[in-house]
Amino acid sequence: MDIFLQQVINGLTLGAVYAVVALGYTMVYGIIQLINFAHGEVVMIGAMVAFTVIGVLAPYGWPPLLVVLIGVACAIPACMLVGFTVERFAYRPLRRAPRLAPLISAIGVSIILQHLAMLIWSRNVMSFPQIIESRTYIVFGAAITNVQIAILAICVLVMAGLALLVYRTRLGTAMRATAQNPQVAGLMGVDINRVIASTFGIGAALAAIAGVMVGTYYGIAQYTMGSILGLKAFAAAVLGGIGNIPGAMLGGVLLGIVEALGAGYIGDLTNLCRYDWLASLLSERCANGGHFILFGSNYQDVFAFVVLILVLVFRPSGLLGERVGDRA
Amino acid sequence: MLLEVQGLEVHYGGIRAVKGIDLAVAEGELVCLIGANGAGKTSALKAICGLHARRGRVTYAGQALEGLPVFELPRRGLVMVPEGRGVFAQLTVAENLAMGAYARSDTEEIAGDLARQYASFPRLKERRHQTAGTLSGGEQQMLAIGRALMSRPKLLLLDEPSMGLAPLMVAKIFDIVREVAARGVTILLVEQNAKLALELAHRGYVMESGSITLADGAKELLANPKVREAYLGEDAG
Repeated sequence: MDIFLQQVINGLTLGAVYAVVALGYTMVYGIIQLINFAHGEVVMIGAMVAFTVIGVLAPYGWPPLLVVLIGVACAIPACMLVGFTVERFAYRPLRRAPRLAPLISAIGVSIILQHLAMLIWSRNVMSFPQIIESRTYIVFGAAITNVQIAILAICVLVMAGLALLVYRTRLGTAMRATAQNPQVAGLMGVDINRVIASTFGIGAALAAIAGVMVGTYYGIAQYTMGSILGLKAFAAAVLGGIGNIPGAMLGGVLLGIVEALGAGYIGDLTNLCRYDWLASLLSERCANGGHFILFGSNYQDVFAFVVLILVLVFRPSGLLGERVGDRA
Repeated sequence: MLLEVQGLEVHYGGIRAVKGIDLAVAEGELVCLIGANGAGKTSALKAICGLHARRGRVTYAGQALEGLPVFELPRRGLVMVPEGRGVFAQLTVAENLAMGAYARSDTEEIAGDLARQYASFPRLKERRHQTAGTLSGGEQQMLAIGRALMSRPKLLLLDEPSMGLAPLMVAKIFDIVREVAARGVTILLVEQNAKLALELAHRGYVMESGSITLADGAKELLANPKVREAYLGEDAG
């Protein structure tokens, strides 16, 4: 099997999900310059709600696609409600406060949401009801499953829909105008509070969809799943240039691929027995085709943050960002 | 009176930037508010729109503006073109103009108004797919005025439309202001370029360090020795 192609496919799938989550970060940042650290928890709530609904409906033997769609249809309004509520009560009162205040508020909201989820769904890992029959296709020596294909297709559709909304509708134009100059947008008749609330709502809906996809992909969901996913999506948004919508899409996909390739090759590259001068020192371990691997693929999560650090050091405005310097 | 301002005060921390001014604009009038840099003209204008916390009474079309959110103003025909033009730099020219009509829902008439803006500003039509940030200062000012007109204002507040523009462009912008006024739009014009503003206006107010020190017909102000000395750069003798 072709490891490279295989990891690119895995990375694309995961990266597309990161991109959808990163859009939520970047849209909110673009409009109120707030890093909504609670966004990852909204993804988690989306997965939990959908899993619960799917679990209830699973025994009836309805078509799996219908059951999953009903799960998503319940997760989206639930997440939007969370998004609106958080914006209204945790961020709006602090809109004129120094920048640190809403940031701390966001971290607080994240902790609250996580523990609310723990109270509702317990600490246990929920597993995805086995209703989707997994099929694997072989393409050029790499395996791709029907779930991966579905995730990729949904992500492309969601991103295309969002691009249409942001660049082709009245609300989207108002959102971009508000992001650039809220005061003048107000003078033109834009109710800024409504536009900001809509931004949170749209971000939360995307988070709900992403939550269901991640949960389906890994087959599990837990109340802590949002924090690491949220941080990675945040890293993706920064990589693309925070505040920049095409940037979030690009950053997410790139980050997913970097992570998958990293995970695929790190074991090989840090196998000390590969290197002759070390192999002779470690002859006991390396004899008869033995391995001495420093870092295995369980270090996968490190790559997102290495990328984040590299971007912050060498290109703080991100790949497509232009003018973060004056705002950060 | 279309706009009536009584005892308007603006505070920044402990500083009184506007110290209780009165002014009024009747329907169909072009009134200018002139004064040096830092006299409080822009603060006064922003406070009228509610962009700054204010004290005093502002009445527009017979109704107090107290407690009215900013975004309601264009729905009532009150539109401000802010200092520095305030175009949305990353939106296209066409999108900027569309934002001007944001408060309206009469789609067909909006299309007609858009055609009218393009007819009076051919430059904007040529550049309608460009982002506004790529326009020159004068073109941005045209766009800002065109955008404001898209909302069909009754009262237009113009803040320093000549700021930072070359003399030829300033003359052009003032021609546009004259045309807009001739179409029956009431205008309150804030300007540092006192001569041009007074030549255009019916009446004028002179503002100095937060207070209105003179109020008179534009011709009378142009002839006033104090104004000539302080704002028109002429020696009193």
